[in-house]
Amino acid sequence: MKTICLFFEIHKYFHLKRYRFFDIDHDHYYYDDFANETHMNDVCEHSYRPTLDTLLEMIEKSNKSFKFCLSISGVGLEQMELYAPDIIQRIQNLVSTGCVELVAEPYAHSLSSIINEDTFRDEVRRQVKKLKEVFGQQPKVLRNTNMLYSDDIGSIAADMGFKCMLTEGAKHILGWKSPHYIYNCNVAPSLKLLLRDIKLSDDISLRFSNSEWENYPLFASTYMDWIAAYPPEEQIFNIFMNMDALGMSQPLSSNILEFFKALPACAKERGIIFSKPSEIIGRSKSVGPIEVQSPMSWSDEERDVSSWLGNNMQREAFNKLYSVAERVRLCSNFGIKQDFDYLQASNHLRLMTTKNCGVGINRGLYESPFDAFTNYMNVLGDFLKRVSSLYPEDIDNEELNPLLITIKNQGDEINELNDKLKIIEKKNDRLSNSLKKLQERTKEFQTEPETKMPEEKKKTTKKKTKK
Amino acid sequence: MKVLMFGWEFPPHILGGLGTASYGLTKGLAQQSDMQITFCIPKPHGDEDQSFMKIIGMNSTPVVWKDVNWDYLKSRVGSYMDPQLYYDLRDHIYADFRYLGTNDLGCIEFSGRYPDNLQEEINNYSIVAGVIARQQDYDIIHAHDWLTYPAGIHAKQVSGKPLVIHVHATDFDRSRGNVNPTVYAIEKDGMDHADCIMCVSELTRQTVISKYFQDPHKVFTMHNAVSPLRQDIIDIIPNKNPNEKVVTFLGRITMQKGPEYFVEAASMVIQKTKNIRFVMAGSGDMMKKMIYLAAERGIADRFHFPGFMHGKEVYEVLKASDVYIMPSVSEPFGISPLEAMQCNVPSIISKQSGCAEILTKCIKVDYWDIHAIADAIYGICSYPSLYEYLRDEGKKEVDSITWEKVGLRIRYIYNKLLNR
Repeated sequence: MKTICLFFEIHKYFHLKRYRFFDIDHDHYYYDDFANETHMNDVCEHSYRPTLDTLLEMIEKSNKSFKFCLSISGVGLEQMELYAPDIIQRIQNLVSTGCVELVAEPYAHSLSSIINEDTFRDEVRRQVKKLKEVFGQQPKVLRNTNMLYSDDIGSIAADMGFKCMLTEGAKHILGWKSPHYIYNCNVAPSLKLLLRDIKLSDDISLRFSNSEWENYPLFASTYMDWIAAYPPEEQIFNIFMNMDALGMSQPLSSNILEFFKALPACAKERGIIFSKPSEIIGRSKSVGPIEVQSPMSWSDEERDVSSWLGNNMQREAFNKLYSVAERVRLCSNFGIKQDFDYLQASNHLRLMTTKNCGVGINRGLYESPFDAFTNYMNVLGDFLKRVSSLYPEDIDNEELNPLLITIKNQGDEINELNDKLKIIEKKNDRLSNSLKKLQERTKEFQTEPETKMPEEKKKTTKKKTKK
Repeated sequence: MKVLMFGWEFPPHILGGLGTASYGLTKGLAQQSDMQITFCIPKPHGDEDQSFMKIIGMNSTPVVWKDVNWDYLKSRVGSYMDPQLYYDLRDHIYADFRYLGTNDLGCIEFSGRYPDNLQEEINNYSIVAGVIARQQDYDIIHAHDWLTYPAGIHAKQVSGKPLVIHVHATDFDRSRGNVNPTVYAIEKDGMDHADCIMCVSELTRQTVISKYFQDPHKVFTMHNAVSPLRQDIIDIIPNKNPNEKVVTFLGRITMQKGPEYFVEAASMVIQKTKNIRFVMAGSGDMMKKMIYLAAERGIADRFHFPGFMHGKEVYEVLKASDVYIMPSVSEPFGISPLEAMQCNVPSIISKQSGCAEILTKCIKVDYWDIHAIADAIYGICSYPSLYEYLRDEGKKEVDSITWEKVGLRIRYIYNKLLNR
C-alpha cells in the first residue's frame, strides 16, 4: 500500500538588530525585537494559524486517518512563547489527537552537526526535553537542520538512540535509486532513512501558485494520480516542506489550503494512506545502505552546505562562533548560553551567501552579503569577548574542564560541609533550647527548697561537656 | 565607419576622469576593424597615443588664411600632425575671423584646461570645429561633455550627420544643485540638438530626462569601463606595513566628493582601533577645511593629507592601501573605485555614484551614513575573510568590465542611428 509521509518544519530565528562595531563592549543585546515580533505575527497570521487549523480539521474529518509529522526548532518555540502562545496551544491540540508525530532537531537550528559533535548532541538532547515538556511526546525520529545528513551525522544519531532520520533525496547521492523506499545509514545500519521526494515536495511548496508552470493549476486529484501512477513497489512518498510555504511562499489566495483539504479524500479513493515516520519504519525494512560522505541538504540546486558555508566569510563566521562552543558548554551563564543558541541559527549564515541562485533572497535588514557579514561579526565580536571574559584565555579547554570539575567538586564539598554544619548547628540550637528550659525549670525550683539546686546544675554541666 | 569626436582632455595630460574615459572609450571602439576615429582636442602635446586613431589639435587648425612654409610648419606641428592636413584644413576656412586673436599660423591658442575665460574657449573651439567639420569626411559626430556640445552642433549643422553627445557629468552633479545657468543653457542646447544622448550611468540618465526634459527614447545608459593596468604599474611593489591598515580617499577634495563624511567616519574608527591609518590624497577647495576638521576631532596623528598625486603615484598609493573609499555625494560614474579594485583594493562606494550600478563586489553605503561607512571600514580591516573576498572577487569583477564591450554597445547605437 502506498503511503505518504508528510512533514512540516516550523522555525523562526531571532533577527539581529543593526549592530555597529562601536557597540562592541557597550551593548550586549543583539536582537531586533520589533522585527522578530512583526515577522512572527506575519507568519502566524498568514500561515501557521490557518494551516494548523486546517490540519486539525483534516484529522477530524478523516477520522484520524490523516497523519503527518512536525518539527519545531527550540528557538522557534521560544519565539512563539514570546509572541504567539496560541500557536503552541494549537500544536498541543494537534499532538493530542495522536495523529501527529514530533520530530527532533537541533535546538538552535544550527549546523553544529558538521563541526562540533558535543554541541550537536547537547542541542538535540535539549530539544527532545523541551518537546517532551511542552507537548508530552518523546520524539523517536530525528531530522537535522535543513535536512543536513552525512554518514557521520547518521552514526551520531544512531548512537543517540534514534531509529530514523529524515533527509533529502538529493539526486547526486541517489543516482538511479528512487527516494520511494526506506534506506539505512551506511555506517550505522540500525538507523533508517526517509528521503524527501524533491519533485512532489517542490510541486507544492515551490510551484503551486506559479501560473507559468505547466501543471498549473494543480488539483489534489491530479497530484494523487501522479503518486498512484508510480510502480506498485515504490511505496513511500516523503513530502517534506517548510510550513510557511503554505501561506507565505504560496499565498492563501492560491487556495493551497483547499488543495490540502482535498488530499485525504483523493488519497483514499486511490488506496493511498498517510503515515507517521515511526509507523513506516515499523512496517517495512530498509532496502539497502546509502553512502553520503559530504553533507547534503535540501537547499539550493547544489543540495549541499554551500548555501551556508559557500564563501570564506561564511566559513570565518562559522568557525569563529564554534571556536568558543566548548567554553559556552562548560559555563553556567544563562545569558551566554541563550545568545549562543540564537547566534547559531543557520539563517544568519544564509544571509551572507554570495551565490547567484537566480531567485533573490530576502536579506531583511541587510543590503548585501557584506553588510550581513559585518553586522554578524560585530555581534560575534562582542559575544566572543563576553565568553572569553568568563575564564582566563591562557587556560586551554582541556585544562579548563578538570579545573572546573575541581571547582565544582570543591563547591560540592563545601556545600556538603555546610549541610553538616547546619545539622550540628541545629543540634546545638536544640541543646541550648533544652538548656534554657532546664534553666527556667531551675528558676521554678528556686522557689522550692534550696538544697536541690546544686544537684541539678551539676547534671546540666555534665551533659554539656559530654556532648 | 568614420567617427568625428570632440573632446577636451586626452591622456597623458588629464585633469580629471573625462580624459581617461574618452581615451578608453575611443580605444575600445577602435578595436572594431572598420572603425576610423578622428579625435579633436584643444591642445595636443605630441605624446598622445595615436596608434588607433587620428588626433587633430584645435590650436593647429587655421581659421585665418596664412601663407606658411612647409618646413616651418613641420617644425611647429609635426610632432602630432601631418602638415598636409594643415593645408587641407586651410582650404575650408568658412568666414573672416581676422578679428579674433590668431597666431602666425592663423590658429587660435587654447589652454586645454579649465581657465577663467572658459566661455571664450568653448566658443573658439566651436569656431574651429566648423573648419574641421567642412574638411573631414565622417558618418557620425560624437561630442564628449558640455564643453564640446556647441562644436558638435556646429558640425551637425554643416554636415547633416547625426550627433551623439556623451554626458560624462551634468552641472547638477558638479554643483550639488546650484546650477550655473550659462552652463545649463549650453548643456540643454546640446541635448536638444542631439540625435542620441549617451549617459555614463542610469543616475545621469535620469537627471538628463528629468532636469533637461529630454525624450527618454533617445537617452541611453553607457557605463564606463577600465583599461587594463600597464605592466609598469603591475610591477609596482607596494610599500606596506603589515601591522597597519591604510584607508585611502583619492580625488579632488571638493563638496561633490563628500570628504567630510570620510573624516567623520575615520574619527569613529580611530576611537575604537589602534592600527588603522587614513589618507586623503588630492587637493581641492575643501582641503583646508578638512585639515581643520581632522584636527578638531583630534585624529590628525592618524589622518594624513599627502596632497595631489601625479601619474604613477596614484597607483603607488592605491597599492599600499587596504581599503579605498569614495563617499561622493553625487558622482555621474566615478572610475576611481574600479582602478582601486584593479589594484586588489576592496572599495567602499556611495550608492549615489554611477559605478554602484555595475559593481557588486564592493560595499555600498549612503554617503551621509557615517556609521555605515565606519562599520564597513572596520569590517574590512578586522575580518580577513571579508577583505580577501572583496579583494579577489572585486578584481575578477572589474577585469570583466572592458571598454571593448562598451565599444560594441556604442557601435550598436551608431548602427541604429545610421539605419544600418
